[in-house]
Amino acid sequence: MNKQEAILEYTLRIADDSLLLGHRISEWCGHGPILEEDIALTNIALDLIGQATNFFDYAAKVQNQGKTCDDLAFLRLEREYKNVLLVEQKNGHFGDTMARQFFFDVFRKLFFEALSKSADQDLAAIAEKSLKETRYHLKHSSEWIIRLGDGTQESHDKIQESVDYLWKFTDELFFMDQVDELLIKENIAIDLESIRGAWKSYISEIFQEATLTIPTNGWQQAGGRKGLHSEHMGYALAELQYMQRAYPNMQW
Amino acid sequence: MSSNEWPLWEVFIRSKQGLSHKHVGSLRAADAENAINNARDVYTRRSEGISIWVVESKLISASDPKEADSLFDPADTKIYRHPTFYEVPDGVLHM
Repeated sequence: MNKQEAILEYTLRIADDSLLLGHRISEWCGHGPILEEDIALTNIALDLIGQATNFFDYAAKVQNQGKTCDDLAFLRLEREYKNVLLVEQKNGHFGDTMARQFFFDVFRKLFFEALSKSADQDLAAIAEKSLKETRYHLKHSSEWIIRLGDGTQESHDKIQESVDYLWKFTDELFFMDQVDELLIKENIAIDLESIRGAWKSYISEIFQEATLTIPTNGWQQAGGRKGLHSEHMGYALAELQYMQRAYPNMQW
Repeated sequence: MSSNEWPLWEVFIRSKQGLSHKHVGSLRAADAENAINNARDVYTRRSEGISIWVVESKLISASDPKEADSLFDPADTKIYRHPTFYEVPDGVLHM
């Protein structure tokens, strides 16, 4: 693997995380628990799709095979998507969605803070631009975790259940392989171990306020970064890709 | 509507530095922090503002529309209260 291939793979991983989570959140549009939250979720979905667009544009440029952002977003096969399993998990109820969002937002904020100092100027610029949005996403999901956790007995039990279920997908956020190794040497990629401590302590802090407990079960599920997805991925892609598959090259 | 409905909040947005906060509408939220977040999402998504105030609607006391006559009509005939009888000195802008 050369440096160009590594940057392409690295960028696609980030883009796919944003795309799949953005798609999932967009499924809430028109179904939010209240009007205000419906709009909040839709805003977040749009932010994530916007971030994905920037990263896909850059990936297409790095790939240099005449492909567009849309080709990468809509016309790859399931195994070619490299998002973590966490983001493709189903929305479930509002608590499930917020728990998924919270784990991801904490990671994303720390990741973008680090990436904005990357030696790759394009990645650094997109990270910097995305960081403002991500800080708000984190504020939004953190406050919901606190309110649901420290709310009623029912909301507490439900959000703890969501946390317990999704915990097994969190370790994959810190997945690294030879792609990362190669790019860390070039000061392009982030050594994810360097943000793991901050991730865990922020979560502990919010959980303490939310009267929630971090699951002690250490078993973890991974595979997304290698293209091995959960059973939900195919359904998500079927919906996501439908228009481009049914009407090739269509544009809005 | 369930009795567990979140309280109603009035939202005030300042569009830019130097202007005052203006009432833009209302929304429901569990608490003040939440209300600010919701206001940000509902009322500033097209760059409408740089500052948000929220206040729980029940904390606002309003004048009674039925008393509008006695409250506001008497001012109509007192034009001497307007500063229109003064000459504005040269050099004063934006009056």
